[in-house]
Amino acid sequence: MKWTALLICAAAFAQTPYDRILNAQKEPGNWLTYSGNYAGHRYSPLAEITPVNVAGLHVKWAYQFENRRTEVSPIVVDGVMYVTGPNMAAALDLRTGRELWTWRRPIPKDYQSIGFGHVNRGAAILDNTVFVSTLDCYLVALDAKSGAERWTVQVEDYKPGYSMTLAPLAIKGRVLVGVSGGEAGIRGFIDAYVATSGKRAWRFYTIPGPGEKGHESWSGDAWKTGGGSTWVTGSYDPELNLVYWGVGNPGPDWNADSRPGDNLYTCSLVALDGDTGKLKWYFQFTPHDSHDWDSTHVPVLFEGEVRGAKRKLVAVANRNAFYYVLDRTTGEFLAGRPYAKQTWAKGLDDRGRPEVIPGTEPSEKGTLVWPNLNGATVWFSPAYSPHTGLMYVAVREIGSIYFKREADYKPGTFFAGGGETIPTADRPGAIRALEATTGKIQWEFPMHTAPWAGVLATAGGLVFSGSDEGNFFALDARTGKPLWEFQTGGPVAANPVSFTINGKQHIAIAADKVLYVFGR
Amino acid sequence: MRNCILIPLLAIPALAQLPDLPTGKQIFESQCALCHGQSGGGGRGPSLIRPKLNKAPDDAALREVISRGLPPEMPGAWQLTPREVASVAAYVRSLGAVPQQMLPGDVARGAHVYQAKGCGACHMIAGQGEGFGPELTDIGARRNPTHLRQTLLNPAASLPDDFLYVAALTSAGQTVRGVRVNEDSFTIQIKDTSSRFHSFRKSELKELRRLKKETPMPSFEKTLTAAELDDLTAYLASLRGKS
Repeated sequence: MKWTALLICAAAFAQTPYDRILNAQKEPGNWLTYSGNYAGHRYSPLAEITPVNVAGLHVKWAYQFENRRTEVSPIVVDGVMYVTGPNMAAALDLRTGRELWTWRRPIPKDYQSIGFGHVNRGAAILDNTVFVSTLDCYLVALDAKSGAERWTVQVEDYKPGYSMTLAPLAIKGRVLVGVSGGEAGIRGFIDAYVATSGKRAWRFYTIPGPGEKGHESWSGDAWKTGGGSTWVTGSYDPELNLVYWGVGNPGPDWNADSRPGDNLYTCSLVALDGDTGKLKWYFQFTPHDSHDWDSTHVPVLFEGEVRGAKRKLVAVANRNAFYYVLDRTTGEFLAGRPYAKQTWAKGLDDRGRPEVIPGTEPSEKGTLVWPNLNGATVWFSPAYSPHTGLMYVAVREIGSIYFKREADYKPGTFFAGGGETIPTADRPGAIRALEATTGKIQWEFPMHTAPWAGVLATAGGLVFSGSDEGNFFALDARTGKPLWEFQTGGPVAANPVSFTINGKQHIAIAADKVLYVFGR
Repeated sequence: MRNCILIPLLAIPALAQLPDLPTGKQIFESQCALCHGQSGGGGRGPSLIRPKLNKAPDDAALREVISRGLPPEMPGAWQLTPREVASVAAYVRSLGAVPQQMLPGDVARGAHVYQAKGCGACHMIAGQGEGFGPELTDIGARRNPTHLRQTLLNPAASLPDDFLYVAALTSAGQTVRGVRVNEDSFTIQIKDTSSRFHSFRKSELKELRRLKKETPMPSFEKTLTAAELDDLTAYLASLRGKS
């Protein structure tokens, strides 16, 4: 009888058609895409672990990576967990953590990460293929059963500074990726590839070229090195067939003298047609940014009533310390307010454009501004619970003195034009719960230092996240009260996920070199 | 004519690599500050304001680190000329350097003052003494004499950024005062004045008082003569680590 069950499992091994991902909420025992669903919720419909029993969580197994500060968010399908590291992927037996296969691609000796670490945030799966992005800017399709390469495509040349650290996003027949390199003077883009062949289906440049709409927001040749990286996985609305993707900072980061104008589509959210990559709308959070406030966040899609009408919404807790709610059909700004300390804008106008306080840009002598260059939140994921209607955000409360320096573009080197000095020893943070439709703060859990970990919300009424001191913890989703904590022994700089093993709910988080799986 | 001068100059590698601090500072601020902070105090990368750099024990090693990088995190500055690399290296060295100075005190007499005043009851030098306070074996390489003198007179005014004296009030009504050795969002570890470690979960404490600007080190303003202060400062400034 057991053998029959095994055979059935084997037959079902990693067949993950688009329809399964589309309806991910119907199979909460799996975690089929980066954020758990296309809407970017990082929410588990599993309700077995609750505020009453969460104290009983303990480690079931652990898996060790070779690299430190692992940022991976695992994919879980039918008893197999897929994890990634820099130029590395592995399939693990979900019950034990034992490797089923591993895949590695050598990192070229002359490859350099310019402005970030050697990390990878996870894989995507579609049908029987696992997709992985690499530091040297290749997209690789691996057979889900063996780890053998089906195809490998160069997304861009790594030598001038292009790189990839993100989990790809697999939608119907397409695999989408974005690039890192915002400190190296790249010209950013979002690419879609045909899942079965690796042929590029479309490319959307985040910095419009001559003759394209938005190009007028640049002057001279500044657009050629304008940045606009796209290094965090986007979200997808299948009904509208729109892909929502955050765009990074303009280059050079802190010296904006050479690039007058709004510098579209940097520090923006873009909505692209899933079939063609054509721009449907954009919303720029920080025009003419000079603080390195990438808008590379997971956009969160939900439905809600705003200004008297039920609408399709998209919300972003931005690195610039403001929380934004937009109509995701049109891009219209609906609501926005600060969710963390900020000293650079008086507020947002009716269209959501910041009313910038003069003299807050970086300077020769230094300018003290909140938030610091890492922002009030960064790449790590927020969570949205349809049960509570709350958005859970890991918040950083740090100010810094911003400096402006010269910036000469040389391909493959820093094109930054300054930096920062943090004047305070105290660098606190928090997990904050925001009313999703308005951004009003409902509760907060204060943290000793600013976090680098994402947040998971569950139907059991819990919120999970981690700290840089190694705490992995659970909070009451309605009150923020801490209910359980485990010291992992290393900084938590990853996103948690939830799934079932043998029908029982489990939670996974990476902390430094170790991936932990917790169960009751 | 110009060429005639340039060629012999460039033919001497030592001259071609003569470092220039302003150039080093300029390159550091535009290329290195993103990770190491605008003034070298650290950020994503480590602080460089220290006399010894773990991964660059000497100048040649530091130049190598700058030009080749430290994979996986630190990219190499391959685009810099050898002279530019040497300039950045010289600037980085200058950040944490505490130059030796001629001081009014006497080192040998200062060592006696150190013994007589019982400093070793809290500090260690070259393996001798107690480990409650900071080790002083290389304090002269880490702190300049003015700072050392100030600390002896008014220790609370020159506390390091990461130092915190705390008082924890337990649910049983006991108060534990000591130096914070570690802390996270849920727990704190404290070393009391008898060097005993205490571990608390914050949720179990009635109160955790952060005694900013306080330190268990007493002021020696009234217990040292002017000459003793000079001598003790000279002695501490002479401590530059194991040779």
